[in-house]
Amino acid sequence: MQTVLQQLVNGLSLGSIYALLALGYTMVYGIIKLINFAHGDIYMLGAFWGYYVIHQWHFSFWPALLSAMVFCALAGVIIEYLAYRPLRNSPRIAALITAIGVSFLLENGMSYLFSSNVRSFPQVMDVKSYNLFGIKVSNIQVLILVVSIVLMILLQLIIRRTKMGKAMRAVSVDPDAAQLIGINIDRTISFTFALGSALAGAAGVMIGLYYNSIDPLMGMTPGIKAFVAAVLGGIGLIPGAALGGFVIGILETATQALGFSAFKDAVVYVVLIIILLVRPAGILGKNIKEKV
Amino acid sequence: MKKNLKYNAIWLAIAVVGYVLIYALEMVGVIDQFGETTLVLIGINIILATSLNLVIGFAGQFSLGHAGFMALGAYSSALVTQAIPTVGGFLIGLLVGIIVSGIVALVVGIPTLRLNGDYLAIATMGAAEIIRIILNNLKITNGPAGLYNIPMLANWGTVYVLVVITTLIIVNFVHSRNGRAVMSVREDEIAAESIGINTTKYKIIAFVLGAAIASIGGALHANYIQTINPTDFGIMESINILIIVVLGGIGSITGTFVAAFVLGLLDMVLQNFGTLRMVLYSLALILIMVFKPSGLLGTWEFSVRRLFTHKKAKGDA
Amino acid sequence: MKGKKFFAMLGAVAATGLLLAGCSGSGSAAGGGNKQSGNTIKIGGNFELSGSAAAYGQAMQRGTKLAIKQINKDGGVKVGNKKLKLELVQKDNKSDNSQVASVASNLTTQSKVVATVGPITSGADLAALPNQTKAKVPFITPGGTQDALTVQKNGKVQPYIFRSCFEDSYQGKALAKYVYNNMKLKKVAILADKSTDYGQGLTKAFKKEFKGQVVQTEYYQAGDKDFQALLTKMKGKNFDAIFVPGYYSEAGLIVKQARQMGITQPILGADGFADPKLVKIAGKENATNIYYTTHFDAKANNNAKAAAYMALYKKTYHEQAGTFDALAYDATYMIKQAIEDQKSADSTKIATGLANLKNFKGVTGTITMDKKHNPQKQVIISKVEEGKEVSATAVK
Repeated sequence: MQTVLQQLVNGLSLGSIYALLALGYTMVYGIIKLINFAHGDIYMLGAFWGYYVIHQWHFSFWPALLSAMVFCALAGVIIEYLAYRPLRNSPRIAALITAIGVSFLLENGMSYLFSSNVRSFPQVMDVKSYNLFGIKVSNIQVLILVVSIVLMILLQLIIRRTKMGKAMRAVSVDPDAAQLIGINIDRTISFTFALGSALAGAAGVMIGLYYNSIDPLMGMTPGIKAFVAAVLGGIGLIPGAALGGFVIGILETATQALGFSAFKDAVVYVVLIIILLVRPAGILGKNIKEKV
Repeated sequence: MKKNLKYNAIWLAIAVVGYVLIYALEMVGVIDQFGETTLVLIGINIILATSLNLVIGFAGQFSLGHAGFMALGAYSSALVTQAIPTVGGFLIGLLVGIIVSGIVALVVGIPTLRLNGDYLAIATMGAAEIIRIILNNLKITNGPAGLYNIPMLANWGTVYVLVVITTLIIVNFVHSRNGRAVMSVREDEIAAESIGINTTKYKIIAFVLGAAIASIGGALHANYIQTINPTDFGIMESINILIIVVLGGIGSITGTFVAAFVLGLLDMVLQNFGTLRMVLYSLALILIMVFKPSGLLGTWEFSVRRLFTHKKAKGDA
Repeated sequence: MKGKKFFAMLGAVAATGLLLAGCSGSGSAAGGGNKQSGNTIKIGGNFELSGSAAAYGQAMQRGTKLAIKQINKDGGVKVGNKKLKLELVQKDNKSDNSQVASVASNLTTQSKVVATVGPITSGADLAALPNQTKAKVPFITPGGTQDALTVQKNGKVQPYIFRSCFEDSYQGKALAKYVYNNMKLKKVAILADKSTDYGQGLTKAFKKEFKGQVVQTEYYQAGDKDFQALLTKMKGKNFDAIFVPGYYSEAGLIVKQARQMGITQPILGADGFADPKLVKIAGKENATNIYYTTHFDAKANNNAKAAAYMALYKKTYHEQAGTFDALAYDATYMIKQAIEDQKSADSTKIATGLANLKNFKGVTGTITMDKKHNPQKQVIISKVEEGKEVSATAVK
């Protein structure tokens, strides 16, 4: 029983990371229907920024986290402006290839500048383990879970309660109509990228601290997993992304706990395909009937 | 019909001339071992990319799992040719690969092709990953170490001939009745359905044909490089094939040829740039897409027929 | 009707084409590999500078460059009565097997190198092999540990591939023996890298040789960062040690997470552990009770060369030396030795020289090449406590 609960905790802490990344994917997809392949690499940028400011400027954890969020938000906006905006009216697949190009550029640019070596992340926080009824939880695991949930709630508030959030929703439903009623589409899209990238930046710093290892290719696998999570939950939906992230985290943990560690990723994809067949728009997605 | 045969014959003549030309250049020594390797890699990429173009460009189904079918072809051919290391063995391996990959494409395609756009993309990507993970865990495929000491039964000649054959099959398929049905699905699925086209059937035909041809590319890869392992067929490989298709222009076979050549030559040059290599490559990719979003050639197609009719028109004037 | 004709034609094309293709294979010139010419000796570098294996490939590049710089500083390579400088021609293969093959043919036929260092992984070595063999240019891999790498299908040795590293079975066996005989441990759990042949080969060799009991085998993929689920599962089981056949990037994380979870048993590894980054990632307080096999160590058998190399590396690159760069450094010096032994820098002569290498004093030990082109050298077992190496034992 204890092991089961412990595994559940493991699954939740892994899932919260996927969820945080999946949110960015889903927001960008919701608004411009682009699979932003470079999202995982923004997360890598966040981790490297955290590494740099803690190492060079001796930031403590919170300033490092916040500055990484700002830095990544900026990076996201710049990438959108330079690489995606010129392609907004082009075939979507062209924008997808550009996103892949940006992802390659970030990965290889960083390994060119900082070498592809794995680095250890400066430990700005002492690891403490708490024993709750025989279940081990570290302070960093709690921190990741709490920060992720707070950020998700904050995001939901921004989207539901602010004017910008309303604009975002309007653009995602119908960009042309949104423009007609005076919404500045460019600014709204930039804002979306800033929000999504800031979340990725936060994830980067937290993961850096948690695993203590960062490298320029660290965004690749989690990026794809987070994308799968977003689709699983219903892409374009914020709660869907969060749900998808947790589902995948728990699924991976369960597969390993049951002794199928060699097939960990395969099981995730099998479940994904089955869910898509039953609910073609993801767990929370609404299936929109096509009108002729 | 007669006309089609005539144009096919002209294409064949062009292909034969090309073959003789490369052969002569190799005899003279202009094309050395390195040139040959480059040509072979380009040829394999052409086979993979044209077959993906059939699925994405003509049938309009966004598949991100092409490397999975390539892997099936590669492993089938490698296993068969290890047992029978002759040209006959290679042909049997090719056939086994086509059958295996066709069946798997059918099994994957029937349920997933109901999905739309990006959902299909991720489902096919998942299917390809599942194939790869299974190959990584089977005993017969030798797990992560993969297969090696595969007899070298493919040289540039084999690749060239198979490029010609697969391209002829694809182009003729696209111009056939079935092909037009497939394209109608791409243009408007609901309209196609309303005029009595069984859209699911045609999507599956295109998907299975694409997968079968991708397996040929895989078989050539296995028998030319002489070693394969599951990491050769990951998501990155599917993406690389997709890049060729989009860069050339979705729905343009000529474009796929051009893009495969451009990227192949680029790869050849960029080897010298060390760590900077992929940085330059990605910059090139972004710039081409930003300035030519519809690909190098868009949907433009080189056509012998048009060349002829054009001349005739001129002559009349 | 229409289809029939088309396919009949297709069949005809295929038949003639394959016939023609059959003929064209015989065109290659019969020669003796690449000859050395001019005032320099060209050494090729088939390096993973970008892509997934870039971290290891870049280490290999640094080791090779350092060796060439050092050789040239010391006057060059003595060929007959002349002293020639070495020149490195390096190309990036982006960790992709097709590109590995392409780079191999580029180096051997365009750049006309007489010997090559790299690529680093076994899979890549197998992809480079056909073109190197065709061109009759030998290459040394600093990291291709797969047993079958140097052997042809018929059991004969591959004439143009050599390695400076251990093969999997060699160190897997050594470790298994050490664990059972010296450490007296009977029950081992294995947590193996399932995505590389390195993990697979070591697991196989260890299982075959270990006389005790392997109680459990679990797998992870290279690139994984979270091992808590696997370790939680293992924690409840009864075992004396965990063997982790994999590279330091993941092994460091496994050590860290295992120790934080309260798993105190010894953690065993192979030369993939032998990098200062292992301790950095795991954290000093966690990197304790760790044993791994390694090639070079300044403490064991008074290897002055290793100490000198570590100092030189640190001075040049401002970081500590690791296994891959040291193995690449040795590979380059092995080429130099082969040239001087044979008094010729022609590629086929270098191959002969490498095959006959005896008592070569390298950074990673004293190397004698066996019949299957595997270096025979001592395996050293290193023990780490609190992030510091506390002992190093040479085993046979």
